[in-house]
Amino acid sequence: MYSIEVNNLTKKFGKFISVNNISFKVKEGEIFGFLGANGAGKSTTIRMLCGILAPTSGDAIVGGYSVLKHPDEVKLNIGYMSQRFSLYNDLTVEENINFFAGVYGLKGKLLDDRKKWVLKIANLNNKENLLTGSLPGGIKQRLALGTAVIHKPKIVFLDEPTSGVDPISRRGFWELINDLSESGTTVFVTTHYLEEAEFCNNIILIDAGKLIAEGNPKDLKTNYLLNDIIEVECDNAVKAMELLEKENFVEETSIFGNNLHLIVNNFYKDKTQIKLLLSDKNNIRVNRVDKIVPTLEDVFIHLLDNKTND
Amino acid sequence: MIRRTIAIGKKEFKHLLRDKRLLFVMIFLPIFLLVIFGYAVNFDVKNIQLSVLDKDQSNLSRSFINSISSSNYFYISSYLKNDSEIKYVLDKKEAQVVVVIPSNFSERIEKKKETAQVQFLIDGVDGNAATIIKSYVDIASIKFNQKLQKEIFAKLGVKFEPLISLEPIFWFNPDLQTTKFLIPGLIAMILIIASVISVSLSLVKEKEHGTIEQLNVSSVNSVELLVGKSAPYIVVAFFDALLILFVGYVLFDVVVKGSMILLLIMTLVYILSSVSLGIFISVISTSQQIAFTLATFATLLPSVILSGFVFPIESMPPIVQIITNITPAKFFIVILRSIIIKGVGIEAFWDQLLYLIAFGTLFLIVAVVVYKNDSATA
Repeated sequence: MYSIEVNNLTKKFGKFISVNNISFKVKEGEIFGFLGANGAGKSTTIRMLCGILAPTSGDAIVGGYSVLKHPDEVKLNIGYMSQRFSLYNDLTVEENINFFAGVYGLKGKLLDDRKKWVLKIANLNNKENLLTGSLPGGIKQRLALGTAVIHKPKIVFLDEPTSGVDPISRRGFWELINDLSESGTTVFVTTHYLEEAEFCNNIILIDAGKLIAEGNPKDLKTNYLLNDIIEVECDNAVKAMELLEKENFVEETSIFGNNLHLIVNNFYKDKTQIKLLLSDKNNIRVNRVDKIVPTLEDVFIHLLDNKTND
Repeated sequence: MIRRTIAIGKKEFKHLLRDKRLLFVMIFLPIFLLVIFGYAVNFDVKNIQLSVLDKDQSNLSRSFINSISSSNYFYISSYLKNDSEIKYVLDKKEAQVVVVIPSNFSERIEKKKETAQVQFLIDGVDGNAATIIKSYVDIASIKFNQKLQKEIFAKLGVKFEPLISLEPIFWFNPDLQTTKFLIPGLIAMILIIASVISVSLSLVKEKEHGTIEQLNVSSVNSVELLVGKSAPYIVVAFFDALLILFVGYVLFDVVVKGSMILLLIMTLVYILSSVSLGIFISVISTSQQIAFTLATFATLLPSVILSGFVFPIESMPPIVQIITNITPAKFFIVILRSIIIKGVGIEAFWDQLLYLIAFGTLFLIVAVVVYKNDSATA
């Protein structure tokens, strides 16, 4: 069963094509990663899937309803949380919960149950009367997620939910996302953190409005990047990168912290080629040269670089 | 539908109650404006400074001067000695009017039985005041003339009575107090400022904080959102109206002659139409600064200048008369004056009520349409 089916979705603003004919499917209960650079069309796509922006052409079935024909039903069946944590800072925790519960028409026992649940997942038991503005970012983020799904939607859209939150809170937040997914909620999430993308069941990558890769993280790493990746740990990585770029066995270079990642081709035989160039000819000390399993970041940089070179 | 609107209204109330500064401004600014305007804006011309250059120095000239200064409107600020001082006192604003009695004043009247000429020099800078001063002077001299004629005829043994005697009575506002005339305009001005500014800021705040996004994605529709968000400000503005009426009664003796209930209903209609103007401004603004500027611009100037509050609309050029329709204050002031001062019923101003309703409906519809378009494309 698919909870989201996107068919040839396109959005144009005047002559500018923000989302260009993309199609994909999201399985019920999975964590679906939606990746792309800023301005790639992520937000526009999410807005269309949430039923607040009408597509120029194509359609998407979200939770069984067409965003084109029944946007209001779509809205009732989804939750949405943006990177801005749409909570009211001048209201207390409980007032925020009550407000969103009221917006979705919850009442009676259901309201009480859901309120308790939100307080629990946000670690805010007995802190209902705190002003939301005084909460730390990580707690606010959990509260925002709780209020976004207070009406138990089948699908929840998270638009960069972890931006601006410390790493420990982020890790805890992903556990929460996993819980949601395990309880059957489909989680559609965008993020800039590629290590977070590894937690997703499936991923798509868009660039300039076009879908350029899709699959689970493991497939993406093997299917889209056939060359080997060599990690080089050396002094003066920038200089070393400049030198290596000119070699015929190197396809692409990128810097990861103090290390260099090289995508190499068939002309690459072994690490002596690199050591010869760097330490012998240019006096750059090389500590380590290893072939590594590519990360998603390697894959995406490779994919996006190829795009821009076209 | 109703439940969602209530949820939004409740939330907005909490924002307002927690924003002590805004609450303070919304409640005390109206009273502050009322007191300041009530005392400062006053077109009554009283205590006119009169300078006298009496070249005659006779009994008759003194009694003429007395008859002018005995009215409550004039007091004698100085006696001049020669012509050269006239220019000085007018230039220095030490006199608003100078009376020059020629040296042959009593001689012409008593001996030669001729008309004596008396010169009045009036400061014409403030044209309105000058006209009023002139009419006071006219009346004073007519009275003196009649008294004199009576005496002269009496000496001749003839009974003299003027043929026509005018008995003007000022209807509705017998003492011609400007405060009575101004208070309704003040109420209209204060209410529109308070309601438009507060409402226009409230929606923009959600835009600035990004919370509007969350509401758009929820199943709340634009009407629920706009109605729920403005409800608390309608309540506060209505409370303001009651407060102004009370303060107006205590400080300025403004008594509502007509039906209080009718007045309150009309006030509510006026607040609603002001609020839809506020909603419209909120919808088209992207920041609180823009909203505040627009709201001030759209309410303050029109409600003072174009509403008929101070300047009569009938005396404006036709094109400006048409422009006056941009402010609902214009219609409300007519209604207020009708109920408060004249004490008449709805039959006297139903057309104004229709204008008010049309005004409010128009802006609300435009606001909803613009809002829907915005949230669908932004």
